[in-house]
Amino acid sequence: MLTTILAFALLAALLGLDVVSFPQAMVSRPIVASTLAGALGGSASDGLLAGVFLEMMALETLPVGASRYPEWGTASVVGGALYVSRRGDATSALLFAMLGAMLTAWAGGWSMYALRRLNGRWTKRALTSLEAGNSRAVTGLQMRGLAADLLRGFLLGFIALALLLPLTALAVAHGHGDSARIRAVLVAVAVAVAGSAAWKLSHGSKHGPWFFLGGLAVGCAMLLQS
Amino acid sequence: MTAPATPRALPMGTATRMFLRMLAVQSSWNYETMLGTGIGFSVEPALRALQGGRGGEQYRAALARETHYFNAHPYLAAVAVGALARVELDGTMPPAQIERFRIALCGPLGSVGDRLVWAGWLPFTVLIALLAYGLGAGPVVVVTLFLVLYNVGHFGLRAWGLHTGWTHGMRVAGSLATPALRRGPEYVARAVMGLCGLALPLAAARILGQRAVIALHFDRATVLGAHALVFLLLAIAALLGLALVRLHGRLDGWRVALVIVALLALHSVVT
Repeated sequence: MLTTILAFALLAALLGLDVVSFPQAMVSRPIVASTLAGALGGSASDGLLAGVFLEMMALETLPVGASRYPEWGTASVVGGALYVSRRGDATSALLFAMLGAMLTAWAGGWSMYALRRLNGRWTKRALTSLEAGNSRAVTGLQMRGLAADLLRGFLLGFIALALLLPLTALAVAHGHGDSARIRAVLVAVAVAVAGSAAWKLSHGSKHGPWFFLGGLAVGCAMLLQS
Repeated sequence: MTAPATPRALPMGTATRMFLRMLAVQSSWNYETMLGTGIGFSVEPALRALQGGRGGEQYRAALARETHYFNAHPYLAAVAVGALARVELDGTMPPAQIERFRIALCGPLGSVGDRLVWAGWLPFTVLIALLAYGLGAGPVVVVTLFLVLYNVGHFGLRAWGLHTGWTHGMRVAGSLATPALRRGPEYVARAVMGLCGLALPLAAARILGQRAVIALHFDRATVLGAHALVFLLLAIAALLGLALVRLHGRLDGWRVALVIVALLALHSVVT
C-alpha cells in the first residue's frame, strides 16, 4: 500500500510541477495525468475514462497569472489512482474518485497560493542580492521555487491518497446507488461544465454560436448513425 | 536608440540555454515581482556577452534590471526575453528607458497570450483529444494526439518569440500585430465552438456505453432508439450549462459540479 502511494505521489509531484513551474507542456492536463496514473496502476483505459471526466471539469480553468484556480495536475493523478485501485462497483468507484480528485484540485489551488506567497518571501529576502545583479541569487530563487513546487505536489498527492484510498474503498463497499444513473448524472454534469466553459471562452467570436450548433448537428448525426 | 537593421545572430549555445531556462520562467512566480526573477534567469546567458563578462559591472546592472517586476503570458514572455537581451547587448538604450520598455511589453504579451493560448489553443487541442476519445481512440492515441498537437504550438510559439524578440529588439511590439496573432484567436475560437458541439455528444455517448443505456430501459422506448439517454442527458446538460453561462463571473462551473458530485456520493452511501 505504502509503495503504491509513494509511486503515485512521485508521479503527482512530477506532473504537478508541469502545471506552472516546468515546463507547462500540459502533461498535467487531466486527460494525460489521469491516463498516466491509470497506466501506473495497471489500466491506462480506466485512467483515460477518469481523465475524460476531469478534463471536462477542468476546461473552464484558465491558469491566468495571479488568479487562484484549482490545481488539476496532482488532482488528476489522485483521481486516476483512486479509480484504477478500486475494489467493487466501477461506477461507484468513479463517483468517489471524481469527488476525491475535485477536492484535491481545490486543496491544490490553496497549496499553489501558499507556494507563491513563500516564493514572494524568498524573493524579498534576496532583494539586496538581486539589486546587486547576483546571478547565484537569481538561479537560487528559481531552483528553490522548482524544488518547493515538486515537494508541494508530492505531499499533496501523498496526503490525498493516504486519506482517500481507504475512504474510497469504504464508500464503494457501502455505496448502493444505481450505477447507470450515477454515470448518467456524472456525464450530464461534466458535459454541462465543459460546454459552458467552451461557450464562455469562445461565444464572442464571429458566428461562434453557429459553429457550435453546426458541430452539435454533425455530432448528433454521427451518433444516430453509429 | 533603435535595433540595428541587420541583427547579429544569437549564438546557438546561448539561444539553447535561454530557451531551456524559459521553460522554467515561472518557477519562482510570486505576487510581488511575478515573472521578474524568471525573466532575469532566462536573459542571463545572453548578458554574459556584455563588456566585462559574467560578474562585470554592465552584467550585474543589466541582471538587476531584468529581475524587476514583470508579468506576461509565460510562452509569449519569450518575446520579451529575446527583445530585452537584444536591447541590453546593443547598449544604446539608457537604463530608465529599458525599464519603461519592459513595463510596456507586459500588457500586450499578457493579453495576446491569454487569448491565443489559454482561451484558444489549449481548449482547441483538448477538444480534439475528447473528439478522438468519442470516436473510440485508445489511451495511447488520445494522449499522444493531444500532447503532440498542443506542444507543436507551445514550443513553436516560444521559439518564434525568442527569435522575433531578438530580431526586432525594441521594435518588437510591431511583430505582435502579425495576422496570426491578430486574427488567430478569432479563428481558433470558432474552431473551439464547432469542436465543442461535435466532441461532447460523442464523448458522452462513449462514456455511457451500451450497458448504461440498456440498464435505464431507454433503448426501445423512444424513436431515438439506443441513443435516447444520450440525447436526454445532453438536454439536461444544456440546461445546466445555460445556467452556468448565466452565472459566469459569480459561480465557477467546477464548484457547482463539486457540490453535485458530493451530494450524489452522499446519496449513494446513505440510501
